[in-house]
Amino acid sequence: MPHELTFLLVAGATLGAAVAAMALRNIVHCALAAIGAFAGLAALYLQLNAEFAGFAQILVYVGAVAILILFAVMLTHGSEASSSTRASGWAVAALLGLCLALGVGRSPSLWRDAKPAAGASARQIGGALVSEYIVPLETVGLLLTSALLGAVTIALRETETKTSDPGIHEERPPRASEMVSRS
Amino acid sequence: MNAPLAQYLIFSALLFTVGFAGALVRRNAILALVGIEIMLNAANLNFIAFWRFGPHPEALTGVMFVIFSIAVAAAEAAVGLALVIAIYRHRRTAQAPQFNSLRG
Amino acid sequence: MDFIVKYIWGAPLMPLAAAGVTALLPRARRRWAAGLAIGSMAFSFLLSLAAFTATLSHAGHAARATLNFRWFDFGASSVQLGFVIDPLSAVMLVMVTFVSLLVFIYSVGYMAHDENFTRFFCFLALFASAMLGLILANSLLLFFMCWELVGLASYLLIGFWYRKPAAAAAAKKAFITTRLGDLGFLLGILLLYARAGTLLFYDAGHGCLEQAAITRLLTQGLMGGLAVSTVISLLIFCGAIGKSGQVPLHVWLPDAMEGPTPVSALIHAATMVAAGVFLVARMYPLMSATLLPGTPSAALQVVTWIGALTAVFGASLAVAQNDIKRILAYSTVSQLGYMMMGLGVGGVAVGMFHLLCHAFFKALLFLGAGSVIHGCAEEQDIRQMGGLSKTMPVTFVAYAIGMLSLSGVPLLFSGFWSKDAILHAARHWPISQTPFLLGLIGAVLTAFYMTRQVSLVFLGATRSEAAGQAHESPLVMTVPLMLLAACSVLAGFVGTPAWPWFDSYLLGENATFDLARFSLDHQLSLMFLSTGLVAGAIGCGAWLYARRRASDPAEINLLIRKFYIDEFYAATVLRLNACFAQLSDWLDRVLWQGVTHALAACVQFLALVDRGADDLLINGGFDRATDLLRAGGGLASRGQNGQIQRYFRVLGFVVAVIAALLIWEVS
Repeated sequence: MPHELTFLLVAGATLGAAVAAMALRNIVHCALAAIGAFAGLAALYLQLNAEFAGFAQILVYVGAVAILILFAVMLTHGSEASSSTRASGWAVAALLGLCLALGVGRSPSLWRDAKPAAGASARQIGGALVSEYIVPLETVGLLLTSALLGAVTIALRETETKTSDPGIHEERPPRASEMVSRS
Repeated sequence: MNAPLAQYLIFSALLFTVGFAGALVRRNAILALVGIEIMLNAANLNFIAFWRFGPHPEALTGVMFVIFSIAVAAAEAAVGLALVIAIYRHRRTAQAPQFNSLRG
Repeated sequence: MDFIVKYIWGAPLMPLAAAGVTALLPRARRRWAAGLAIGSMAFSFLLSLAAFTATLSHAGHAARATLNFRWFDFGASSVQLGFVIDPLSAVMLVMVTFVSLLVFIYSVGYMAHDENFTRFFCFLALFASAMLGLILANSLLLFFMCWELVGLASYLLIGFWYRKPAAAAAAKKAFITTRLGDLGFLLGILLLYARAGTLLFYDAGHGCLEQAAITRLLTQGLMGGLAVSTVISLLIFCGAIGKSGQVPLHVWLPDAMEGPTPVSALIHAATMVAAGVFLVARMYPLMSATLLPGTPSAALQVVTWIGALTAVFGASLAVAQNDIKRILAYSTVSQLGYMMMGLGVGGVAVGMFHLLCHAFFKALLFLGAGSVIHGCAEEQDIRQMGGLSKTMPVTFVAYAIGMLSLSGVPLLFSGFWSKDAILHAARHWPISQTPFLLGLIGAVLTAFYMTRQVSLVFLGATRSEAAGQAHESPLVMTVPLMLLAACSVLAGFVGTPAWPWFDSYLLGENATFDLARFSLDHQLSLMFLSTGLVAGAIGCGAWLYARRRASDPAEINLLIRKFYIDEFYAATVLRLNACFAQLSDWLDRVLWQGVTHALAACVQFLALVDRGADDLLINGGFDRATDLLRAGGGLASRGQNGQIQRYFRVLGFVVAVIAALLIWEVS
């Protein structure tokens, strides 16, 4: 069955990439592996006839978030070694995974043979976005704008105080060292 | 194996576990964030799978949720990475165990 | 009429929007702030004029238009708000927007050197907006909301120079004192809602000020020997006492002088204190409700007495002040008393007419005082001024017109007509003649203290360096003064006995001109009486303070000391005090000493016992408890180690356990 086979291949590759992303020593390698995992998930979305979500995944994760991560790694000189596996962390993760798998395994309704339905076209999704989901859409737009502004502010703050603006400088309360030097 | 829904769910559970483990054990805060992103993606896959094999695929709910979830996750990643960079400026490190100024 | 009421919300909303925008402006945008506030106020003024002309062309009940809307529902009942335009609100609207507009323009000059210029205009616009909302409210709830907003804005403005401790204290005092009255007001609102089921004033026969509801409230039985309507009226009047500075709660008004002078003008003329009088006028149908036709209701009697007492009280305090603004403040207290008295004895038209005239000339006086203070380098003591009529001619003329108006100089000035209407109504009050006499005394005192003030400030020789270097204020300040001066003169002619246009306008009738009405009801004799009294008081004041062009401050002081009230106090109160002190001294030595010593010994013993108990029981117990708490806190804080991944681990563990429990539960 080609469908089965492609699923197994893609899923295996994705899982492998995810494990690599979480386990490799070099952080840049980790980031690259994470990009692979994101792309694999996009392929799974496509396989599930969710084209729109798949392409959104590629655009946002493989495009934007991956670049963000790489930049963050660069800006924090992330090549420094970072390993140290902690046993308790692994144990808890394994416990959680076991519980989740158990949950899926013991729900008989999930194991029925389901017939895949036809996917949704981009036209349908677009129509729904501007009619039924218009409020969430606008809200998310607002959220994204404010989050990005906030991100820029947070990341920029350091440089702002370094540029000695005379107006800001005057309103700042004097530091203890300055007071000492004045007296 | 002709139960596709369960396949996807098992796969997403594994992916979630991997992401969770990474978020727990990696010291670098950026990688912890990547782990969280992988967890989010696993959850998204669940939505798609349930939508696809569920009783009402014409309702579009699953796909919509995933689209919004991706948007929110993008915002989260931007803010989270900006925070990491800001903290790095102050403490000269991106190691999560060093971010402990809020300890009791 | 129906058309204009649909859009009248623009009148309060525009200044509110201006205040909102100004609040966001950077400090340097002075022009924008002033332009926004003045522009929005001009817009409101035009809208008010439109509403006013609309009421002119309708008569009787047709002159009232309402617009009610539902605010929210709870359960089966809904809370409704609304706007109303009737002659009462229309005339107030025009007055408030006009005076506010002039004060705004004046402030551009007065506050030109203040660094918080934009903040000032933000608060001013908020103040005016709240007052306009209050005037237009057709629901007691909306009225109360705007009422509190007025209180808040006055707090912000009185404490505008909050770095001055006196200003901060005055702002707090004003806020808390008026809040005391508002407590009664709120109780009244709740009681009214409980009994009448609605807070709308006019609602096509269902409102709480309409006949059906009032009859119901009147006959609904007694509460503590009073009709329900009386209890509600008195509670609501508590709010008016606080806001309008009536006798027990007047204390905040003079202190409010700590704010910038344009604020004082606004508070004393157009917005804050007028709100209380307006409240009584608005609630008049309820206040005047009585089961016995022909006699004033109990609530109105209370209003009258408090008003009359306040009128005399404020006037007599104003005589002994030396701060130019404080004199005006006490004068406002006194004039507010007149308004309340006018409402009590004569009805809405009498009280509101005085409110209107007073708004014009008191705004004029305050702005004039501001001009004087501005010119004399922030000097406020009238003993340090003098001779300003030469250096500040425009201010002097305007101020003199305001003073003559306030004193009630006959024929030409508005204060005469409005005050005379009150006195005339009081003369024919069936309950007692005392308010009439109190009113006469107040009128004499008013004329006296205003003459004293004007003489000391503008006439005679200059008595300080600041006064010597005084200069006339810029045009932006003097033009509002001239406009207000013109209004102070002209406003009186709409309410003369011969042509009672104002009276008939509020009642929705057509005014007729008839000179013969002067001779009705001893109208003319009363006018002659009050004219004589005022002339005497002005003459006396002029003789005492302006006759000698004294250059020696000591001589002036001598004259002030001659003023017999001080000596009267010295002769009676001080001597009595001395006698009492001697008696107390004797009692102290002979009687109380022994008792005190015995008591002290007892207390010392008790204290010893107490201390022992304290050390052993209470201290020990608390120490132990706090030690335990600290230990527990230390234990708990060890878990809070700032390691985010550790928190995450615990979280994951808990989620796994919950998931396991769920699976186990299902299978």
